[in-house]
Formats: sequence, C-alpha cells, structure tokens
Amino acid sequence: MSHTAPLSRRALPGHQIVLGETDKLRLDSGVDFGPFTLAYQTYGALNADKSNAVLVCHALTGDQYVADDVHPITGKEGWWRAIVGPGKIIDTEKYFVICTNVIGGCLGSTGPKETNPETGKPWGLDFPVITVGDMVRAQTMLIDHMGIDSLFAVIGGSMGGMQVLEWCKSYPERVFAAAPIATSYRHSAQNIAFHEVGRQAVMADPDWCGGNYLLEGKKPARGLAVARMTAHITYLSEPALHRKFGRKLQNRGGITYSFDHDFQVESYLRHQGKSFVDRFDANSYLYITRAMDYFDLSVEFDGRLAEAFRGSNTRFCVISFSSDWCFTTAESRRLAHALNAASCNVSCVEIESDKGHDAFLLDEPDFHMVLSGFIEGAAEARGLN
Amino acid sequence: MTQTLNQTATTNGTTPSDRIRVDLQLIADMVEPGTRVLDIGCGDGELLGYLKRTKKVDGRGLELSNEGVRNCVAQGLPVMQGDADRDLHDYPNDAFDYAILSQTLQATNRPREVLAELLRIGRKAIVSFPNFGHWRARFDLMFHGRMPQNPNLPIMWYETPNIHFCTVRDFVAMCKDMDLIIERSMVLNESGSKVSLGSHSNLANFFGNQALFMLSKKKG
Repeated sequence: MSHTAPLSRRALPGHQIVLGETDKLRLDSGVDFGPFTLAYQTYGALNADKSNAVLVCHALTGDQYVADDVHPITGKEGWWRAIVGPGKIIDTEKYFVICTNVIGGCLGSTGPKETNPETGKPWGLDFPVITVGDMVRAQTMLIDHMGIDSLFAVIGGSMGGMQVLEWCKSYPERVFAAAPIATSYRHSAQNIAFHEVGRQAVMADPDWCGGNYLLEGKKPARGLAVARMTAHITYLSEPALHRKFGRKLQNRGGITYSFDHDFQVESYLRHQGKSFVDRFDANSYLYITRAMDYFDLSVEFDGRLAEAFRGSNTRFCVISFSSDWCFTTAESRRLAHALNAASCNVSCVEIESDKGHDAFLLDEPDFHMVLSGFIEGAAEARGLN
Repeated sequence: MTQTLNQTATTNGTTPSDRIRVDLQLIADMVEPGTRVLDIGCGDGELLGYLKRTKKVDGRGLELSNEGVRNCVAQGLPVMQGDADRDLHDYPNDAFDYAILSQTLQATNRPREVLAELLRIGRKAIVSFPNFGHWRARFDLMFHGRMPQNPNLPIMWYETPNIHFCTVRDFVAMCKDMDLIIERSMVLNESGSKVSLGSHSNLANFFGNQALFMLSKKKG
C-alpha cells in the first residue's frame, strides 16, 4: 500500500480494530464481508454507565481525525475542531467522542486500496459495493465491541448526516439524540448527477487503469482532481464564491489570452483538486459517492418516509443552511415533516448563511448556538449534566 | 406572534424568575401537568419553556420566524419552522393533549380550517385572539371612522399580519357552526388579566380586549 498513500495503514495514528472475523458483516448487496478493519479515533472518556458516548460521522471525504491537533496527512487541524474538543459544543471533557473512518474509506478502514486477502493484491474494483447502511452496520460492530448499548448522540453533516439517519432508522433504541446536519433522507437526482460527473472524470483518466492503478504503479490524479473541483463548486454558493474571488485575477495585471489560470477562482479550484489527490484514494471516491447515491431511507417503505421513524423515542435536531443547494432546506423540511408525522421529538432549523453546503464545517455562530442548545437539552434529559 | 403585552404574571406557584406574560400564564393554568403540548406560533418559547419547567409537559413548538426557532432550539426546546396554515397536516390525529394557538388565529389565511386541524391533532385546543368587539374598536370605527389601533393592535391596517379579525361572538358562532364544545372561555383586559364578565356575554364582548377559549370536539 505504501506506493500510494503517504502513510501506510500501520503508521496512521489512532485505533484500528479487526471486526467480522466470526460473524461477518452482511452487506446490503448480499455479500458476507469480513474480517475487516475499522480505523477510528476517540476523544474523552467513557463514563461508568457508558451513557456519554457521542458518535460523530464524517462526510464523503472526511475521516476519523475529527478533533486532532494535527491531521497525519494534511498537517491541518481535525475537520470539526470548531465543534468537537475540550470545552467545545461536543465537549470532550464531558462526552466520549468516537469517529470511525467509514468502511470503503482510505484512511485505515478496509477499502478498495487495502489488500484483498484472497489475492494478496489491492481490492480495486473487486471491493464489494457498499452502502450507508453497511457503513452504519460496521459502526455498530465497533460500538458493540466497546460495550455501549445506547449512544448519547449521533451527529454528522452531509454523508455523516445520512449515517445519522440510518442509525435512527435501523437502531432507534440505541440513539438518544440525533443531529442530521446539511443532509437528506435521500440523495437527489442533481447530486447523483454531479457524482456521476466526478466518477466519469476519474474513470476517463488513463492512469485509472480500469481501477488497477495501484498494481500498475500509477495514480489517476488528474481525473480525481477534476472530480474534486466539480464537487467543491457544489459545496459553495455563488455569493460565497463571488465574495471570495469575484473576477479577480491571479498574480497578473491582465488576462493572458490563454488557458492558464488567469482567475483566482481557477487557481483556487486547481489547488483544491491537487491537494485532494494527495490524501484520497480514487477508487474510494467511486465507492463512497456510490454509497451516497444509493441512499434513500424511504425506499423500503414505498416512499412513506414517516414509517422509517415510527415509534422512535430519539430526539432529533434537523439543521440546514439557507444557501446550501446540495442539501436544501426543502429536503430537510420533508424529513422534519415525516418525523412529525411519526410523532417524533423534532427540532428543525434553517441557519441563514451564504457559505453553501460547507457552512456546517465553518464558523457559523447561529449554527453553533442551535447545536449547543440541542445537545445541552438532550444531556439534561439524559441526566448527564 | 403579533401582539406585545409586556406585563408578567406574579401569580401563585411561580418563582420570580418564572414569570411569563399574564395572558400566557392564563393559558398555562389550563394545561394539566405531564401532558403532550403543541404550541403553534411559539415565538421565543416563553410559554413552551415555562410549561416544560413547571408542568413537565412533553412540549413541541411550531414557529414562523427563523429567529424564534433558533432561540427556542438554543434553549433545548423542540421547535420547528413552519406555519399554522401549511404545516399542521403532517401531525397525526390526537398526537397531543393540547394544541395551543396564542394570538395567531387572526393572522392565519384560513382560521376555520386551522381550528379544525388543532382539534384533529390535539384533544383540546386552546386559542386566544384579540377581540374586535371591544368597545374601543367600535369607538374608533364609529366616531373616528378609522381602523382600530391600540397598544394591543399597534400596526397600521396596510402592514398588519392580522387579516382575519373577529369578535368574541363571531368566534362563538363559528364554534357552534363547527359543532365544537366550549370547555372554558374568558376575556382579558388590556394588560392580559382575566376580566370577570361572564364567559362570552355581550358585556364580555364589549369590554374584553382579548379572548381565550379552550375547545374540544363532541364525542362520536
């Protein structure tokens, strides 16, 4: 593996556990999968009655390093340090925070770049197609191993929010409070379309080698960078892009009448694409985007979403951002209406922000105020205060 | 949602820190402890928070303004953004013991349908509204020829969200027409305190500034 990732799995900081050795993980595709590795981080301490565990679920390109000081690959802070940490909204002095790298991921959990034990070669496209349901079932095996019956809270944004909802549908008795943020109960046609553009960009790169680039000693860096550039645009908003870049030129007095990156926004996107390929595996990107595309919580109930939450005692806080056109407030409201119809305890808040989908990762005081109030209220009800 | 009554109650059983607007206090007094309550147009959660603290209700809220919703959720109250005209149909039948609509009915597009929805999702509905039959409203119209404006109805006719005004007697007639049971009713004075003028007499309709009703459906 060391020929692609800057750090081998063994060198990654944090925990890794092998699961599914005897009882395999039954994937939605019907495959019995295992044994497999889950890489995860924990912060804070589990209390005596194991009632203070918070599972944070990461988004498409996120990972388990939610609150680390220094990310082992990027060297930056963990991706949700604004929210998770000592004295923060998800206070690691009070809660035991768990974050796993999803199955199919590329930072230590079993995914397409790890070795298929049957062949001794990287899985590549032989890796089974996984779903959000599979990601969550893998997480339950870790939570079982930790001896935790009920999580105080399951929280996440975007694909992390899909995992939150999957937890609430499949294991309602194990989730006391749930915050699905900037997410939906199903991936929209528009989002599937953008993902398909990204996947096609990866697959059109000759260095993808039909998915066997690791064996060939290559890396579909251009394709994956284009995929990231496209996706990144969908995470922002037009006003945010305009505020940040406008039509400003990149270190030059005028346009160059060429296809060089004249505009700052072009330069920015190229940088986003380039830095992404250093930390992410192209096949993982295919698999995880596919998992998101397949996500539709209502499908097994013939579209009657409320049935997914019938009888649930979980308290929900559904949060959306006004300028998020990936996961719109309208989708969040449909979810909240279904939760109402199932007589669930639900709050639903739209945060005014021009920062688009990525707002959930950024410094948004109203968002933080709402999430903090929700968690405090839930902690009080759980007897954790 | 539309009114500003700033006096707070100092009635029995509440600590000084737990004072709420007197008209809200009268509503709270109607709610049995430990029940399920939906507060429609819950604003900043004043009533809902009070009911949760003092009566241990399982309370939910619906609020039109984003700011109100944010403030409620930040206090740990389960509230969602929505409005009475559009967002009540999702709730299942008899989901709540009480559906409360305080000072909001007159701002809905279809008050009669909203009232029917309240009594579908709640076993009882508690409704308060400004009384257009109050003598000062009549006086304004009769002698000034102007739409009434007073501390409880401070907004000019062209800006007011209050689009469906009624009098106490109008409301009683609608309840009768809808075959509803008026379990309790009272009129309140300008500061929101209860006025002893019979339930919904002509006198009450003349001197009551606001009206407060608790309604239920006939069985069967």
